[in-house]
Amino acid sequence: MTQMTNDERRNWMGVLARAGAAGITARLDAAPPLPPHTRLRGPEIGLTMLRGRAGGDGAPFNLGEMTVTRCAVRLEDGTVGHAYLAGRDLRGAELAAVLDAALQDPTRRPALLETVVAPLAATQAEARSETARKAAATRVRFLTMANMR
Amino acid sequence: MSGLLPGFTDPVLDAQSAFRAVLEAMSRPGRIQRLQRPPAPPAPLSPASGAVLLTLADSGTPLFLDTGPDAEEWVRFHAGCPLVAEPAEAEFVLASALPPKLAALRAGTDEDPQTSATLILQVESLEEGAGWHLTGPGIEHAHRLRVAGAPQGFVAEWAANAVRFPRGVDVILCAGDTIAALPRSVSIREG
Repeated sequence: MTQMTNDERRNWMGVLARAGAAGITARLDAAPPLPPHTRLRGPEIGLTMLRGRAGGDGAPFNLGEMTVTRCAVRLEDGTVGHAYLAGRDLRGAELAAVLDAALQDPTRRPALLETVVAPLAATQAEARSETARKAAATRVRFLTMANMR
Repeated sequence: MSGLLPGFTDPVLDAQSAFRAVLEAMSRPGRIQRLQRPPAPPAPLSPASGAVLLTLADSGTPLFLDTGPDAEEWVRFHAGCPLVAEPAEAEFVLASALPPKLAALRAGTDEDPQTSATLILQVESLEEGAGWHLTGPGIEHAHRLRVAGAPQGFVAEWAANAVRFPRGVDVILCAGDTIAALPRSVSIREG
């Protein structure tokens, strides 16, 4: 049995949380069918307080509240899957929770990682680099100010 | 892996209706209230005591229970309440077998009697019209309640609890999907 590490689970939970219902559903056609599940909690929408630190080492302060959707499901074998995601995506939270539970099963994991998580991660990485590229194109360097000193 | 079970089907409405049942039970001591849609908690928790826990316990109420790891995990997941190792530290105490002595639970202070503990006691069955004679606020003349499976010496302990008034412990009796309450102001006579 291949053990999963916390980092692996953190990675797929993050990818699924960012993907949203539409993104996950689009990938499910190619994936093996999801196991049946019962809802333990939710999916439900709530608020969570974001805390920040000025400069990374300042005193923590409350930045503001954000909307969060969470869901916990249980598969027939007792495995519990969780999902927390930003925004109001009830369907996405439930799908992400079911996938989190299914991914904990070593027999299901390789196929799901390949057909669902990896493509979603690739799409997200591409979107991120696209944003970074556009932002970099508008970057302003204050060379003149440096030269005037 | 854990065998975590679902809680209330509709967390908001079911908790409201269970809260209403607890309120009715507390204001009419000894009257049996049937919970409309209780959850199915892990054994040995009964549906009624599971519903009472999910309704009353939250992150601000330390809980002590004697019902084993499955029930502990279930309550912690659905109610999010801290679990304590000693009944004396808890605001809610759930007893399915032999309960701790009433005198050992938090009784509040004369200034703040509301800081006392509430004992949620699982019994075998509840039946009106026979058994104990209850009198006190909320009861016009007298009310009769038979509690099957009440712990030995409970009535004597209850008398000692009443002496400390306004300090003292309140009790919610749970059997199956029914509850009845014994607020500290009620007096019990065996009959």
